[in-house]
This record gives sequence, C-alpha cells and structure tokens, in this order.
Amino acid sequence: MEAMSSPILEAFGNDCEEAPVRSLPEFSQASLLRLYHRFRALDRNKKGYLSRMDLQQIGALAVNPLGERIIDSFFPDGNLRLDFPGFVRVLAHFRPIDDEDPGIRDPKEPEPLNSRMNKLRFAFQLYDLDRDGKISRHEMLQVLRLMVGVQVTEEQLESIADRTVQEADEDGDGAVSFLEFTKSLEKMDIEQKMSIRILK
Amino acid sequence: MEQFKLTTLLIFEQWATIRIEKGVSKESVLKNSASVGIIQRDESPMEKGLSGLRGRDFELSDVFYFSKKGLEAIVEDEVTQRFSSEELVSWNLLTRTNVNFHYISLRLTMVWVLGVIVRYCVLLPLRVTLAFIGISLLVLGTTLVGQLPDGSLKNWLSELVHLTCCRICVRALSGTIHYHNKQYRPQKGGICVANHTSPIDVLILTTDGCYAMVGQVHGGLMGIIQRAMVKACPHVWFERSEMKDRHLVTKRLKEHIADKKKLPILIFPEGTCINNTSVMMFKKGSFEIGGTIHPVAIKEGEDAVQFANRVKSAIAVQGGLTELPWDGGLKRAKVKDTFKEEQQKNYSKMIVGNGSL
Repeated sequence: MEAMSSPILEAFGNDCEEAPVRSLPEFSQASLLRLYHRFRALDRNKKGYLSRMDLQQIGALAVNPLGERIIDSFFPDGNLRLDFPGFVRVLAHFRPIDDEDPGIRDPKEPEPLNSRMNKLRFAFQLYDLDRDGKISRHEMLQVLRLMVGVQVTEEQLESIADRTVQEADEDGDGAVSFLEFTKSLEKMDIEQKMSIRILK
Repeated sequence: MEQFKLTTLLIFEQWATIRIEKGVSKESVLKNSASVGIIQRDESPMEKGLSGLRGRDFELSDVFYFSKKGLEAIVEDEVTQRFSSEELVSWNLLTRTNVNFHYISLRLTMVWVLGVIVRYCVLLPLRVTLAFIGISLLVLGTTLVGQLPDGSLKNWLSELVHLTCCRICVRALSGTIHYHNKQYRPQKGGICVANHTSPIDVLILTTDGCYAMVGQVHGGLMGIIQRAMVKACPHVWFERSEMKDRHLVTKRLKEHIADKKKLPILIFPEGTCINNTSVMMFKKGSFEIGGTIHPVAIKEGEDAVQFANRVKSAIAVQGGLTELPWDGGLKRAKVKDTFKEEQQKNYSKMIVGNGSL
C-alpha cells in the first residue's frame, strides 16, 4: 500500500505532513488513486498540471451548456494552471454527504468540502460571475443565456431572470446574496443532486 | 511451429495468472480496472434529472443538474478511456505482474527469467533481421517496379512484391492471423472499410490480398515506405488538415473505383487509431464515393472472432467491441457546437415550452 500512495504524496508536495487536514481532501486512498490516474490521463502533454484546454477537450464537458462556468470554478483568481490538490479540492465538493463519519469529526476543524453549505457555495459561485458575493439580475441573465443558447428570446429570458431574483430577494437590494440563495433552496435535496459516488 | 509456441505461451500465462491471484488475495491490493467505470452513473434524461415535468419554470437549482453532469464528465468520460492503452488483465512474460512488483514465488521468477532470455537473445535478433529484410525489400522492390511502364506486368509484379514483403514483416512480428469468412474478401473495384488500431492493421490486411491504400502522409520511416509504395501501386496519401486535399482524395477515389480492374481500396473510416476496445464514429467520406463496400473487423487477442454483415454495427458486433457515437477526432480537435445546441434546445423547451410566459 505504501508504494502506491507515494505518487499522490509527491503530487501534494512535501509539506503534506505539516499541512492542515483541509488540504488533503477527504477521499479514501483508493478514490484518490483513481482520481490521480484520471488527472494524469487528462494531462495530455504530461505537463504535471491541467490547463483550461485540457478540460475543454473533454467531449461531454464541452457540450454541457455550463461547461465554461464549471471550468472557471477550477481556475479561480485568474490561475492558468490546475494542480492535483486543486483538482481534488473542487471534486471534493461532490462527495456524497453520507460518506462522512459524524462521530469522529472535530468541531474545531473547518467544515468538510462536501457539506451541504459548501455544495451550495459551489452552486452559488457558478452564478456569481464577478465573485462579489451577490447574484445580480445581470449575472442571472448571463448564466441563463448560457443554459438556453439562442433558443429563447431576450424578453422571455429577462422575465425569467426578474421573477427568479424577486422570489429569492428578501432585503430588496435587487440581487441574491448567498444567504438568500440558501434560504430559497432550504427544502431541496442537495445530497442527491450534487453528489458523485466513486465506486469501490 | 507458431501454433505450438502460442499454445505453450497460453498455458504458461494462465498458470501464472492463477498463481498471482492466489498470492494477491492474501493482501488487499487495488485492482487496476481501467476499462470499468469508476463512478456510479445516473443516466436519467434531462427531464428527470431536473425533477421536471414539461413546462415547469426555471429554478435556481437547475444549475445542479448541469454541474453534476459536468463534474461527472471530468472524472470519467467515454472518449478519453478509448485512447489509453488497454490493459489485458492477465500476466504475460513481459511484465512481472500488473499489480506492481510483488515477489510471488521462486518458480514464477525462474519462468520469467527464462522468458527474458528467450525473448531478448533468441527471438529479438531474428525478428529484427526479418523486419529489416522485409522493409528494405519492400522499398527496393516497389522502386524497381515503379520504373516499369504501366501495364498488367507491372501490376502483377507489384502485387507480388507487396504480398511477399508484408508476409515477411508479419513473420517478423510473429503474428498469427485468423481470417474468417474468406468468401467475403474484398473484390477488385470495391472498397474495404475496417477499424483501426495501429499501422500493423495494414500489414495484416495486406498479407491476405493487395489493396490500394488511403491514408495520412507521415514523416520518417513511414514516409519513406509510403513514397516507395506509391511508385508501384496507386495509393492515395493525403494531408488531413488540408481542405482541398480532401476533395482531391474523393475525386481520385471515385476515378479509382470506376475502373473495375483496379485493386480494392482500403479505408479506415474512424479516421484515427483507437485502442481496440470500441469502434468510433465512421466518417461519411468513405461512403459517399459509391461502389461496393466490404466491411472488415480487426480484433487483437487470442479469442476467436466472428464477423457480421452490416457496416459499423457489423464490425462492432463481430469484433466483440462496443459502439460509440463519439467522434474519434476528439483526440485531436474540439467538439462541434451543434451538440451543445442540442442540450440547450432541450433545456429551453423545458422552461419555456408550454408558453406559460
């Protein structure tokens, strides 16, 4: 077992021992290994990191209407390179919630990435284009436009955006903050919709 | 001779695999199953995934469906899997084991050492010499034949040269090839389509009969061979990225099959090398030309293969391969926008469909 995890430890860098728990996301050894092989397979030129183009060449992702937004979430703050820890950190959001062992978790540690709150945060930033913590009507329009392409007229789209913002907006500032977002989705079963189970 | 060698190899490998499985089960080692899916897929269509009946309104949560599908694609997609080399889940005399180095038993080690000796000291020089002879004969032969004026003598000689050299090269690779359904062998004036794994496929097909080939221009040794072959026999080599080349190719192919006396054409419609686990989208070009199409399936491995008759599904079913609608060209270029528009169309119908706005 030791021999197998060493490429992963290498990928995480030598500071693995001192790094806080958060930086070694909560996947099992086996899952991490599979994700590492996947990372290597996607890295076509064997650069050691992924670029936007590597992700764009995945067929099923390129036809996804929100493909570009999803790729953006891997490259925050204008980064051009995605290393393996970063790759795993984003994927950790989609780990099923029931995988967690509630008894052991130390309340002082930061929340695991796949908690309900963090999953919602991930979805929120798909909408929040300028990352200012609010989804404006304009941002809503843009994301809607991504999802429908040229199939819907501007007027129809605007009325959808207006309605959605109005329904969620509680303090009347014309934008949806993260709290308003979570409130409007409090009855939603996030677990099932935003989880990917890795087979053993 | 070849059969004997194959059977002994097979027996060795099976015995070794059993030994390894016994040794492996003592420690829980991660099985390397590259061809099996790694995530649990929810293949429900868009309507179900969005928890919608037709004509429901847009909701903030719709983005979940797309992001989940997107992340699933990032973790695993059908296309990239097809281009990683397929790992046969059995031990062979080339590797220690395919679950990293583990010392299993003394007997296994000795067999392996014996295999190394035989492989590198006896077979390798033999095969290299054969390959060398084969290729040089091919280049020389075709150049010589190319000097002759066009006519039936030239054709007969070029066929002879091609066949002999290919047979030598196949011996060099010590291939054992089983041809099934020989009565359907491509006739003159027809087109032969096959799935493509590597340039070796060409060799295999040519040992059975001579073809006029259509393919991408290569550099280096392959280029030399291509240029030599084209002197004796009218092959069509083109540059994939050149648009006008493609039209020229179609024109030439049409002329070629119009002449019933000419050799059958060999085309690989997938357009690229696949790792022999599936058959990808067939480009339409080969089928626009007209003329009789003869499908051929090539599958590597010891299993016997059966062949069917419809073109693409026939090849997929016969070779025991899986069919994919994805384009093999995704290896090189990005996917077309029309596919994304399909998704967008479906989604729009859902949120706007019943005119409730």
